Amino acid sequence: MTTTTNPDLASESAAPVRGQRWLVSLRALLRNPAHTAGLIIFILFLLIAIFGPMLAPYGVNEQIVEDARQAPSAAHWFGTDRLGRDVFSRVLLGARDIFSLAGLGTLVAVLVGTSLGLLSGYRGGLFDELLMRFFDSLLSLPALLLALLLLGTLGPSRQSVLLVIIVVYIPIVARVVRSVVLSVKTRGYIEAARVQGESSARILFREILPAVLPALAVEAALRFSYAIFLASSLGFLGVGVQPPSPDWGLMVKEARDNVSQTPWALWFPAGAISILVIAVNLLADGLKTLFRVED
Amino acid sequence: MAVPLLQLKDLSVAYRSRRGALRAVRDLSLEIAKGQTYGLVGESGSGKTTLALAVLNYLGKDGYIESGQVLFEGADMAALDEAGLRALWQGGMAHVPQNPFTALNPSMRIGEQVAEAIALNSEIDAPEIETRVLDLLAQVRLPDPARVARAYPHEISGGQQQRVIIAIALGRQPSLLVLDEPTTALDVTTEAVVLDLLRELVRDRDTAALYVSHNLGVVAGLTDRVAVLYASELVEDAPTKELYRQPLHPYTRGLLDSVPRLGQRKDVKPLQGIEGQIPSLTDLPSGCLFAPRCPLAIDQCWEERPPLDHPTPDRRVRCHRWPEILAGEVDAGRDAVEPIQVEDYQPETILTVEQLDVQYPIQRSLADVLAGEPARYVQVVDQLDLRIRSRETLGVVGESGSGKSSLARALIGLVAAEGGEVELLGVQLPARLDARSTETLAHLQMVFQNPEEALNPYLTIAESLRRPLRNLRGMSYAEAQAMVPQLLESVRLPAEYARRLPGQLSGGEKQRVAIARAFATHPDLLLADEPVSALDVSVQANILNLLAELQNEHDTAMLFIAHDIAVVGYLADRIAVMYLGQLMQQGPAEIIFDPPYHPYTEALLSAVPPPDPFVKQEHIRLSGEVPSAADPPSGCPFHTRCPRFLGDICVEQEPPWRETQDGKAIYCHIPIEELQAAQSPVLRFNGEGD
Repeated sequence: MTTTTNPDLASESAAPVRGQRWLVSLRALLRNPAHTAGLIIFILFLLIAIFGPMLAPYGVNEQIVEDARQAPSAAHWFGTDRLGRDVFSRVLLGARDIFSLAGLGTLVAVLVGTSLGLLSGYRGGLFDELLMRFFDSLLSLPALLLALLLLGTLGPSRQSVLLVIIVVYIPIVARVVRSVVLSVKTRGYIEAARVQGESSARILFREILPAVLPALAVEAALRFSYAIFLASSLGFLGVGVQPPSPDWGLMVKEARDNVSQTPWALWFPAGAISILVIAVNLLADGLKTLFRVED
Repeated sequence: MAVPLLQLKDLSVAYRSRRGALRAVRDLSLEIAKGQTYGLVGESGSGKTTLALAVLNYLGKDGYIESGQVLFEGADMAALDEAGLRALWQGGMAHVPQNPFTALNPSMRIGEQVAEAIALNSEIDAPEIETRVLDLLAQVRLPDPARVARAYPHEISGGQQQRVIIAIALGRQPSLLVLDEPTTALDVTTEAVVLDLLRELVRDRDTAALYVSHNLGVVAGLTDRVAVLYASELVEDAPTKELYRQPLHPYTRGLLDSVPRLGQRKDVKPLQGIEGQIPSLTDLPSGCLFAPRCPLAIDQCWEERPPLDHPTPDRRVRCHRWPEILAGEVDAGRDAVEPIQVEDYQPETILTVEQLDVQYPIQRSLADVLAGEPARYVQVVDQLDLRIRSRETLGVVGESGSGKSSLARALIGLVAAEGGEVELLGVQLPARLDARSTETLAHLQMVFQNPEEALNPYLTIAESLRRPLRNLRGMSYAEAQAMVPQLLESVRLPAEYARRLPGQLSGGEKQRVAIARAFATHPDLLLADEPVSALDVSVQANILNLLAELQNEHDTAMLFIAHDIAVVGYLADRIAVMYLGQLMQQGPAEIIFDPPYHPYTEALLSAVPPPDPFVKQEHIRLSGEVPSAADPPSGCPFHTRCPRFLGDICVEQEPPWRETQDGKAIYCHIPIEELQAAQSPVLRFNGEGD
C-alpha cells in the first residue's frame, strides 16, 4: 500500500506459496532498471573472473618488448604498458585476483561479523558492552588509516590485505546485524520459541537470522564493493598486493608514472574498478527484495 | 422533516491502488439529524473508518468519492474549496480520532492547542480565550485545568489526552462530532468517564455525533440509531433498541451472538461466532456479500445482490430473507455450538504461587549512580499468592498496569521473579526459563496476546508446529511432520495450511496455529495472555470456544488473562481481580456479578459498557489516575481512588482477606456484611432483552 494507512484496507494479502517466492522476488528486482544493470554488469565481471585465463590473448607478465607503449589497437585492445604487457589481458586476469581477494575477505568478515553481531545482540549484557566498545574504537579510525597501521606491522602481501579487509569490516557487519537482532529479539515469536524449548543456537540461526538476511545481503554487497576499493587503494599506495600481480590498483599506480605516454594503461584498470564498484552498489540496493518476507 | 444535518446520498468511496480502484464504501445513504447520535459498527475491513473520513472530506490523496454526495446542512461538500473546507473543519464538524497522542502536537502546550481551536472560530481577546480554555478543560473533567493547560501532551495520561481532544473539538462548537473509536485505546474505567462526558455533551449542547466503533457495548449505551456495515455495504440500519432487540440481518445477529454478555457462561449459553472471514475488497462475492458466512443463505443469496428494503419506515435491511426472520419463521442464530461441558475438576492443586514479586528496575542516570542514589524498582507484581486446581480455568482481570501480563510472564519464566515461590505439580520452578527442564516446559505452555507476532514470519506453519514436538516430546522429524495435519485439524484449519507462511493467514488463523502449538505438548497448565483482544469480535467468539474445547480434551488447567470482564466471566471457573500488582478479590466465576464486591470490582463492573441497551447499570466512576507502580500507595493499594474509602485505616494498614460463605474472598477493610448491605447488584436486566 502506498500512502494510505486505512485499516479498512488492511485485510488484503495475496502472498505467493514459498517455492515461488524467489522467482517473484527476482522479478521484483528485475523491474528496477538500476538493479538490473547492476546485476548484468556484476555477472559479466564474474564471468570474466572465472573464464579470464581462457579469454586473455596474452599471459599476465608476457612482455612483447617491441609492442611497448602502444595505444589501443586491434592487436592490443586496451594498448600496452611501458614494459610491453597487454593491458586487456592484465585487466581480464586481474578480475580473478580482485574477486578472490575482496570476495574471500568479505565472506569471512560477513561470517564472523554476523556471528558476533547475533551473539552480541541476543546475549546483551557485559559481553555485548565490551565487544561493542572495542568495535567502536576500531570504527573510530578511518578504514584506510587502520589498514595502513595493520599493514605496517604485517608487511605488504596478499595475505595481509586479506586480513586487513576482514579486520576492518567485521565491526561494521557486526553492528548492522546487532541492530536488527535488537529489534527482532523482543518480538513475540522469539519468546514463543524460548517457551517451546528451542536452543539458543537455533533461535539465533533459524529464528532470528532470516530476519537479518535482507539487511545483511545489502551490507555484504556494499562491503564487497568497498573491499574492492580498499584492496585497490592499498595496491595503489604500494602497501598491498605486490608487483608483478595484475592487481588493478597496482596497475593504476604503475601507469601513473607514465601517464603522459601510456594514459590507456591507467584508464582501463581504473575504469574496471569504478564500473565494478558502481555495479555492485546498484545491485546491493535490490538485494533486500530477494530476502524479505511480508509479515 | 427539516433538512438533515448530514446526508449521504448513494455514496461510493474508493482508494487508488496498484491493483486498480478499491471500493471501500458502496452506494451508501444515511441521514443524521441535528442532535442525533448515530453509531456505525462493523468489523475491520467493513469500511467504517473510510466512511467517517469521507464525511470529514479527509480521505487523503489515494481516497476519493467515486459517486454520490455528502451534504452537510444541505450543501454539497465536494463543491467546497480549500477555504470552505477549512471553515467547515473549524466550525461545522470536529473529528475525535482513535489515538489521541498522535492527534496532539507533542511540542505545544495543551493550553495553546485548545486556545488555537477557540481563536480560529471567534473574535475574542487573549485573556478571554484563556478563561475559555480553562473552562473547556474543566468541562471535560480534567483535574486541575490550570496545570493541564501548562503541560505537554506526553505529561498527561492517555485518558486525559483523549479528553483534551474532546475539549479541542468542543472549542470549535461543532454541530457534528465524528468520533472514530475514541475509547478503544483506553482502559475500561477511563472509557466509562469519557463516554459519560460524550453522552452529556451531546445531550446538553444538542451536538450530533457519528460514532464509529467495533464495540457493540459502547454503541448500545450511547447511540440513538445504529448502522451496520459489512465489506463496504450498509446491511442494516435501525433505532438502537430495535436493532438490539430484533436484529433482522443475519450478520447483525452474528455480531450480537459473538459478544459475551456480562454473566454469560460457556456451559450455559455458548457464544456463536461467525464462520469464515470478511471478504477482501478485491474479491467480493457476486451475490449477497455475506452469503459465504451466512447460516441462512439460500440459492438466491448466492446469485442476486439483495436490495436495501424497508421492513418498517424506520428500519432498513439488506437481506433476501428478512420477512421470514421478522416473522420468526427462520432463526439466524446458530445452534452449531453445543454448551461446553464443565466437568467437575479434581480438587488437587497443580499450581501454587506464594509471595510472588516481580520488579523492573528503573534506569538511573549516571549522576544518580555517582550521588549514591539507591536503585529504584517498579513493583509490578507484589507479594501475590495464587492457586490453580487441576483442569480449572482461573480468569485474571485487570486494567493495564495491573501486573496481569507480568504475572503470566513470571510464571512462564520470561521475566525472572525477584522473590516468591512457584510450584507446578509439586515441583518448584526455577525463576528463569533457561534453568527449567524440558518436562517443565512441556507441562507449562503459553498463548500470547498478539497473533501477528506469535509466529515467525519466515517459518512455515509446519515448521512452527514441529518444534515443540521435537524439542519437548522427543519426536523425530518424520513423527513430528506426521502430527502436523492432526494439530491443524484440532484447531479447525485445513491440512494444506502446513506449507504456508504466517503472512498468508488472517489474525484469527494465526492465533489458531499458536493455540495448536501450545497444546502440542499436552500441557497441564496453559497461560493465555489476552489471546483474543487483538481479534475481531466474530473471530473472538470462535477462538474462545476453541480454547475451552481443547482445554477439556487435554484436561488442561488454564490461567486466562484479559481486560474484558465479560470475556473472563464467560470462560473462567474462578476469577481473580488484579489492581496494581495485587489481588483485590477472588472467587467462583458464577458469583462475581453479585454483591458483595470489592469496591474496585464494583467500579469495574459499573464501567463495562454492556452490549445490551436494556441493562440497567449502577453508576460508579473512579476519580484520578492509577498510581505509579514505582511509588505504590501504602496500606490498601486502591485507597487513592476508592469510592468507599473509610479513612486512615485504608492508608495505614494492609486490608485483611475476608471470605463469604460461598467462597468469595475480598481484600478490604470493610466487613463482608457491611459491603453486602451497602451494595446492590451493579447490573440489572429489566427483562426487555433476551
